[in-house]
Amino acid sequence: MVVTGIDVGSRAIKIVQMDSSTLSVVNMKKTETTFNPKEQILKVMDGLNSDVYISTGYGRKLVQDVCGCEAITEILAHATGAKSLFPEANSVLDIGGQDTKAISLEKNGQVGKFEMNDRCAAGTGKFLEFMATSFQIPIEKFGDFALKGQPGLAINSMCTVFAESEATSLMAKGIPSEDIALALHLSVVKRSLSMLRRVSDVGPFVFSGGVAKNRCVVKMLEDELKSSVFVDEFPEMVGALGAATFAIYKFQGTRKNIAK
Amino acid sequence: MSQQYESMWRELGLDLTAHDALLKVLAQGYHDIFLSQANRPTGMDYFNFVVSEVHGLRIQELMDAKRQGRKVVGSYCVFVPEEIVLAADGVCVGLCAGADFATDEVEKLLPRNTCALIKSAFGFKLGKVCPYLEAADMIVGENTCDGKKKSYELLGPLVKNLYVMDLPQVKSEKGREVLRSEYWRFKEEMELLSGVKIDAERLKKGIDAVNAKREAVHRLSRLRNSDPAPISGLDSLLINQIYFYDDPARFTSSVHKLCDEIEERIAARNGVFPEGAPRILLSGCPMAVPNWKLPWIIESSGAVIVGEESCIGERGTRNLVETTSESIEGMIEALVDRYFDINCAIYTPNPGRLDDIKAMKSEYGADGVIHYGLQFCQPYQIESIPVEKTLEQMSVPTLRVDTDYSMEDVGQLKTRIEAFIERIK
Repeated sequence: MVVTGIDVGSRAIKIVQMDSSTLSVVNMKKTETTFNPKEQILKVMDGLNSDVYISTGYGRKLVQDVCGCEAITEILAHATGAKSLFPEANSVLDIGGQDTKAISLEKNGQVGKFEMNDRCAAGTGKFLEFMATSFQIPIEKFGDFALKGQPGLAINSMCTVFAESEATSLMAKGIPSEDIALALHLSVVKRSLSMLRRVSDVGPFVFSGGVAKNRCVVKMLEDELKSSVFVDEFPEMVGALGAATFAIYKFQGTRKNIAK
Repeated sequence: MSQQYESMWRELGLDLTAHDALLKVLAQGYHDIFLSQANRPTGMDYFNFVVSEVHGLRIQELMDAKRQGRKVVGSYCVFVPEEIVLAADGVCVGLCAGADFATDEVEKLLPRNTCALIKSAFGFKLGKVCPYLEAADMIVGENTCDGKKKSYELLGPLVKNLYVMDLPQVKSEKGREVLRSEYWRFKEEMELLSGVKIDAERLKKGIDAVNAKREAVHRLSRLRNSDPAPISGLDSLLINQIYFYDDPARFTSSVHKLCDEIEERIAARNGVFPEGAPRILLSGCPMAVPNWKLPWIIESSGAVIVGEESCIGERGTRNLVETTSESIEGMIEALVDRYFDINCAIYTPNPGRLDDIKAMKSEYGADGVIHYGLQFCQPYQIESIPVEKTLEQMSVPTLRVDTDYSMEDVGQLKTRIEAFIERIK
């Protein structure tokens, strides 16, 4: 049986397909969400073959409208995905396009306490993207750019708009932009960590979501936590993987660990 | 209801255009949130009717009462003793503070970071859309949180007769003395306003009427411990909201009638949610009418609310007034005893509230607790952290939600609440 997890996030739609007998990933797809998510969902699902679909992400209800499948929250999806990749994990930090989630995992892999940013996108992928744009650096390279900076500088404002004006005034003082970029990354890390510490400070930690591709954020998280952090090769796919894995659990009626 | 009440609204000085718009939104919201629920008890028909006439027939009744010389008293808090208002032959109504209105005007008077409840009270006044407020002969404010007590300084000049009651902050003998002297002062003020001398017989009637009302909602609360849930949390909250402005005797008999039906439903295992649906206890800030946002998100996500540890709920209605004394002094003392025990976050410390939450959690078989905080409500937001910590230590899943009356965070709230329900399932 082929199961499909569809994660409709604010920035990208991610699809992971798994074979329920071999428990292996057989297909991965990713596309931009754009301002017309429904059309994008239809496009990306076109030609997919699957016995079961499970949707997640902020657009999970849209997918339900399209294919009548079951939906789970991105919190359950990331927890399930992270636990299937790293069975020893105790805590998950997911930083996506507009949400940050911190999840503590129970021994059996179920979701324990969790926190999520409520209405402001400060400290999420959107924040970094916005800053990268104002630095005129592609988002994929922003982390490496920041890693060249000297530590010691602090950005105090967490509001995206205020943080940008703070960064601008630092530039006007002639401070190297790498240093400012590093400080911006640190502010994201500090904010995420305060969320994570409210739910759990017990490792091993899994870092998922698109922002986990940023090497600077990963390094700073490890420095602050004084622990290594598990990051999958495709961290942005963890939610979709979790949805697909959830589908398998559901139909097998078990919760055993699944290797990728 | 527009046509037949228009002259009454005009007489009260309402802004008819804005008021029409408000009624339209309310009717739509009520339809989408309440009337669309499946399999509601028929006893809810009465409450549907009350809501449909909330600015119509009920206001007409208030105006008729005023013509007979009775006084209408508006209040914003469960510490204001309705018994004393009734003893002076008055009518006590809770004032609307559960929706954003005229926010631009409000923010000329109050800082933006004032809680939604206070802003709403001002918005209804400045927008001239609350007939209860306009019909009131006296408005009773009270010194609870800093936000409220300071904002009454600004509300005073806007309304015709604001009376502010002082309240204790500590459950000490001194604190009790504050409440005692304030209730005596309030009695005198009511006598002055109404021209009625409150004697023991009158006060006893007032106490009996409010006790009867409380007993009715206590009965309803107890019935909510059944699984499948015989009534939704939304409908129960609505009844607790209507508690504040309906005629007490009529309200009491309507709740009992509903409870009779609910008992039959329980016997027939007829519920509004499937058996085994996740059960939530709500705890926190008051949910003044028409604030239905969070309960609506919770119940439309498949969980049922089985109790409200809230001013609009059990915190406000818990405990009856002792009726053993025949003297006026003894009765005022009994009032002080009952009201002093309200476990409001305005008290410091306030350990009784946590005990109430634990007791309600087990009494109603809740699987988890959602703590509802209004943004910028310091007393409840500060208490929410130890509440969460203690409950989680007892392995009671707890979710802290801080929000306001706007709809901008509904998507994120829905995700968090659905995830919480996934967690307790």
